[in-house]
Amino acid sequence: MVVYGVALLSFCMLLGMYLGDLIGVVIGVKANVGGVGIAMLMLILLSNLSSHKFHLKPLTASGIGFWSAMYIPIVVAMAAKQNVIGAISSGWLAVIAGVSAVVISFALIPFLSRLGGESDPLPPEDN
Amino acid sequence: MAIDVLVNVLVKNGIITAFLFVGLVVWFSYWLSAKLTQGRLHGSAVAIALGLLLAYVGGYFTGGSKGIADIPIFTGVAILGGAMFRDFAIVATAFGAELETIKKAGFIGAVSIILGVIISFIVGALVAVAFGYKDAVSISTIGAGAATYIVGPVTGTALGAGSDVIALSVAAGLVKSVLVMIGTPLVAPLIGLNNPQSAMIFGGLMGTTSGVAGGLAATDPRLVPYGAMTATFYTGVGCLLAPSVLFLIVRTIVA
Repeated sequence: MVVYGVALLSFCMLLGMYLGDLIGVVIGVKANVGGVGIAMLMLILLSNLSSHKFHLKPLTASGIGFWSAMYIPIVVAMAAKQNVIGAISSGWLAVIAGVSAVVISFALIPFLSRLGGESDPLPPEDN
Repeated sequence: MAIDVLVNVLVKNGIITAFLFVGLVVWFSYWLSAKLTQGRLHGSAVAIALGLLLAYVGGYFTGGSKGIADIPIFTGVAILGGAMFRDFAIVATAFGAELETIKKAGFIGAVSIILGVIISFIVGALVAVAFGYKDAVSISTIGAGAATYIVGPVTGTALGAGSDVIALSVAAGLVKSVLVMIGTPLVAPLIGLNNPQSAMIFGGLMGTTSGVAGGLAATDPRLVPYGAMTATFYTGVGCLLAPSVLFLIVRTIVA
């Protein structure tokens, strides 16, 4: 059933968020520490287990696949609700600080990638 | 009268209106991408840019802080594009990601998170100093804002910074997230952002979940789970380091 997939996804997210908040409390930080990342790891582990005892039926998987496919539309909605005016109109300090942080971080990516060892590009997308 | 009834329906069914709205924006963007750029600029990149443009227009006409969602018929866009659905969809993208790749790039990914927080903090702090800020609290708060727009106010509140400085730190983080959304597909070929490992490093260095989510979606959606994985740890690490170790270092240097 499709809802099993959605429920499994919800379970992973809620548990991840809970653990992320708990980690935040334990280390004394007012933020969720990696909740989404933990949720993703759980989902990956579950979907990698599926070859053995735990098998996801195609219909169940489609409940997760739907939300994965809704990702870009949701990101578009996220873009449309950003405080773009606020970002631009707070003066030069904010703009320069934000832009410099991004430019320098971009520049570091090739350097760190080399430290991590060679990695092959993904094959071209087939649309 | 017909218009009033229509508006009423759209407002009452906000999130459904948002589905229709986003569908139209995506459809129009893919059409633009195919017609104007022969598909060179990815449809999703156009859609995100268009979303930001609409957010600007919404903010311009309403004076609010939620972009187009401040217009009553588009309030559902704030729910659909809010953190809850965003995180839900991000988690869903992990389905089918390769565990081996994540294990292999795990260490360099973790390094990139810590390095990313420190580098952004230093850059933001230096800009604050260049603009004449002399007290360690303000410098650290603005530095933290250059990490993400959540780390900024969390740090500022913890250190007791003024509300004007906290607002600046939020703005710096917003600039960062908007720029990452727009800039990533443009610089991706130059910085080798075409494989899961570099996506994990990218997420760790940038840290803004919205920026990384939007930027990778516009570059190659298959990279999203890897970048999002590291990015979601960034804000937590930032909130840990900025008001503590990094602030103490700034205070020592300033004094």
